[in-house]
Amino acid sequence: MGDVIVITSGKGGVGKTTTTANIGTGFALMGKKVVLIDADIGLRNLDVVMGLENRIVYDLVDVVEGNCRLKQALIRDKRYDSLYLLPAAQTRDKNAVNPEQMKQLCTELAQDFDIVIIDCPAGIEQGFKNAISGASQAIIVTTPEVSAVRDADRIIGLLESEGKHNPKLIINRIRPNMVKKGDMMDIDDIIEILAIDLLGIIPDDDYIIISTNRGEPAVANPVSAASTAYKNIVRRLTGENVPLMKIEANDGFFSRLKKVFNF
Amino acid sequence: MFDLIQRLFGRDSTCSKDVAKERLRLVLVHDRVNTSPQFLEGLKDDMIKVISTYMDINEDTMEVHFAHTEDSVALIANIPVNNMKRGKRLAE
Repeated sequence: MGDVIVITSGKGGVGKTTTTANIGTGFALMGKKVVLIDADIGLRNLDVVMGLENRIVYDLVDVVEGNCRLKQALIRDKRYDSLYLLPAAQTRDKNAVNPEQMKQLCTELAQDFDIVIIDCPAGIEQGFKNAISGASQAIIVTTPEVSAVRDADRIIGLLESEGKHNPKLIINRIRPNMVKKGDMMDIDDIIEILAIDLLGIIPDDDYIIISTNRGEPAVANPVSAASTAYKNIVRRLTGENVPLMKIEANDGFFSRLKKVFNF
Repeated sequence: MFDLIQRLFGRDSTCSKDVAKERLRLVLVHDRVNTSPQFLEGLKDDMIKVISTYMDINEDTMEVHFAHTEDSVALIANIPVNNMKRGKRLAE
């Protein structure tokens, strides 16, 4: 039986889909058999982030309604043979599936795959309930902003009341220069407030935008800082003990040079 | 004067992240209480249990709530006491 992990946040736009794509691709790079489920019915995006938008024939709702077999709806990734996507339906809404159906779907997928990752929609309504129902583990993505941290706290409470204990936190889009100036909450501040385990930190990185433009998850890139951060997270999820990456303010010429040559 | 120099160099006396942290702390106290209705009820029940060993209180008119001000949150309990229990010692 594989692990079923849900990536959630409460607030929109903090990087759930990007995180799903990168963690999933990261596992595939390690040779694991992975399936990503886009649970954002009506607003699907994981397909474009993965660069698979032109290959969709069937979707999650088709599977649940029995219009096709599960295998027919799975799209194999362009680059990694062990990575698959189950896209969301674009013309339906969150009520097209229920938590029981999602649970069943996850159980079925976990028999064939090492890792099942669910990209949860923003919000706390039906879509959220569907997305978390089949998961055995939850990862919460936040950014160092009051709104995102507040919503993360609400999600922690809701997960707890649904019996999903010990979610892990990813702090996304940290800007070292702002942290250094005291104008952005740092890792310790956020952990102190939310009181949950930290899974990893992702520095704000232009390369994420570039890779999303291309539809190729950043994690495969050998030099980008965010890519290293995602690789570390994947290693931690497999049980490896990886220290947090140092996020240093880089204002000088040498640190920029260092970044270019990645040492 | 020193303040002015600091401001000239763009250094505010409090970092904005400290403001963020403090605001979050307060808003989360509020959120956590309001989003779990069992919380206040559970607290009330436990308070009644503890206080009742020392005095007779009027549970029906007892009030427990949170009071929010700009920079603090306080737990306010108004518990009418009917009678004290005689001979209740602390170290029992």
